[in-house]
Amino acid sequence: MSTEIEGTSATASTPHKFTAPSRIFHWLTAILIFAALFIGFTMVNWLAGYAALRVIHMSIGALILLVVILRIVNRARHHPPAWPPTIGRLEGKAVIWSERALYALLLAQPLVGWAMVSASGTPVRVFGVLRLPPIAPSNIDVFSVLREAHSILAYLLVAVVAAHVSAVLAHSIVLSDGMLRRMTFHIGRRERSKI
Amino acid sequence: MCASAALPRFAKSLRPGGERQHHSSILSKIELRKHLAAVRLRTDRLVLFAPVGHALARRGRAPLAVLAGQELVLRERGSITREVLEQAMAAADIQPGAIVEVQTREGVREAVAVHVADDHRRPAAEAQRPDGRWMELGGSGIFRPEVTAPFGLKAPVLAWGLGLAFGFPGGAQWRTAMLNLPVFPDNSAQGFYDRLLASKPSPDTGKPDPKVMAAFLAEHPETAKAMKIIGQSPPSPGFADSTFRSLNTFYFVSESGTRTPVRWSLMPVTPPAPRNSSGPNALFDALVRQIRSGPLQWTLMLTVGAPSDPLDDATVPWPADRRAIDAGTLILTSIETEHPGNARDINFDPLVLPPGIERSDDPLLSPRSAVYAASYRVRAREPKSPPAVNVDEVAM
Repeated sequence: MSTEIEGTSATASTPHKFTAPSRIFHWLTAILIFAALFIGFTMVNWLAGYAALRVIHMSIGALILLVVILRIVNRARHHPPAWPPTIGRLEGKAVIWSERALYALLLAQPLVGWAMVSASGTPVRVFGVLRLPPIAPSNIDVFSVLREAHSILAYLLVAVVAAHVSAVLAHSIVLSDGMLRRMTFHIGRRERSKI
Repeated sequence: MCASAALPRFAKSLRPGGERQHHSSILSKIELRKHLAAVRLRTDRLVLFAPVGHALARRGRAPLAVLAGQELVLRERGSITREVLEQAMAAADIQPGAIVEVQTREGVREAVAVHVADDHRRPAAEAQRPDGRWMELGGSGIFRPEVTAPFGLKAPVLAWGLGLAFGFPGGAQWRTAMLNLPVFPDNSAQGFYDRLLASKPSPDTGKPDPKVMAAFLAEHPETAKAMKIIGQSPPSPGFADSTFRSLNTFYFVSESGTRTPVRWSLMPVTPPAPRNSSGPNALFDALVRQIRSGPLQWTLMLTVGAPSDPLDDATVPWPADRRAIDAGTLILTSIETEHPGNARDINFDPLVLPPGIERSDDPLLSPRSAVYAASYRVRAREPKSPPAVNVDEVAM
């Protein structure tokens, strides 16, 4: 895994970028989480689509769990680049805690989903073929707690992701500090010359 | 005061070597993971009504305990409302005062309205629908006479179900919720929904509006046809001698990937049992006694669809001459009262299928799975009502 930090050769006004693997993990997680949330909210409101979407939702959940675990390992091995100077002391604390909350939610939500299906006594099958072992006792009361928790965590995820996206957009658009570019890939080289 | 009763539609369960039960309001048990359970259709509030001026009349809600020592106007024995109330009171160790029995719901209300006996002291209990109308707690199924009569059906139509969960080595499961009907009345979720709306009792008569029902039937000829078929095959006298059917079509898939459309059914081997009682629990009591005297058996028949047979329409029966394969015998050897961990806690989702069985394009399957999941979630979080049938209380 590459450890060099891209962007180190850029001018001082260009923020440092995350490592390429970190950026890949970030966008992969973003796509999977948006898909899982969207499908999850859709399937419980769409009778005809429920059965097919449930299979996809559970498979994406399993994928998220795998990606997030790898991502946490990656995060421990690669310290992210320094923040832009536009982040003050108080906001810095918010950034730290929202990052922790995101990681915790990303890890907890698929685990709760997996445990919830386990507690209902239903076999947990993902990608159509792979059967996962139960990770919770088959018990309706345990199921109930986990089922409600799965919904609550989903709404929390929406809230934290919305805050995360809003903060980055506010920085990038209002403060023009290039916050978003720390996480982007540049196809051409011109992007870097953005003022 | 709140009480709840399960009014299962597809219900109960059993499993080879396990146990089972049936029909409205529950029963059963089964060892852990072998299964039997009721699907809760709806929960009604039990409502107390009292003459204006009665001490309880001004309260919006009251705990069950207010009934301790109260004189009550109740329906005759056999009324499900009464049964639910008495069970709830017994469970809470609350003794009512004297009970005045009045036949019919209207009679009960009349009795309270005119202070039947001698004073204003007698409230009565009835169930109230969530929309605020009075309605009896039990027997509110979609096959009540006032619902089936508009279809021109004379024979009583009773629907009861059997839920089974088979476990396979490696953890795979096959769950199935079957009904004792030849076909299902609807072939789409929309049709089912429309039928429920059309069956809604009118506030004036307490019965479905014939005009609304006629309009529904005009829009859903498939239901009219299915109801005719259902009316021509009255239910067997007991649970154990009932034929249970998958109703929906599934694919059985061979190792080489060939998909064969199949509907399955359980044909009773056990002869009908004598019914020793005629009370509301007669079917349950007969079942309990029957299983004590010997195992109950059904033959699992797999009916193979021909290319011309509808795979996506549960209202249409397949011709009787289709190839049917005897796939084995289901033997039920014991029965248990429902309790935590047995069939009570299982969601008989028809899409919990083992490798080798797949869902068809029948548009009822996904909605069934979705609705059962939503129902299971609600059921899991509400307080559990006491079992409606206690196996140990059934006399030999």
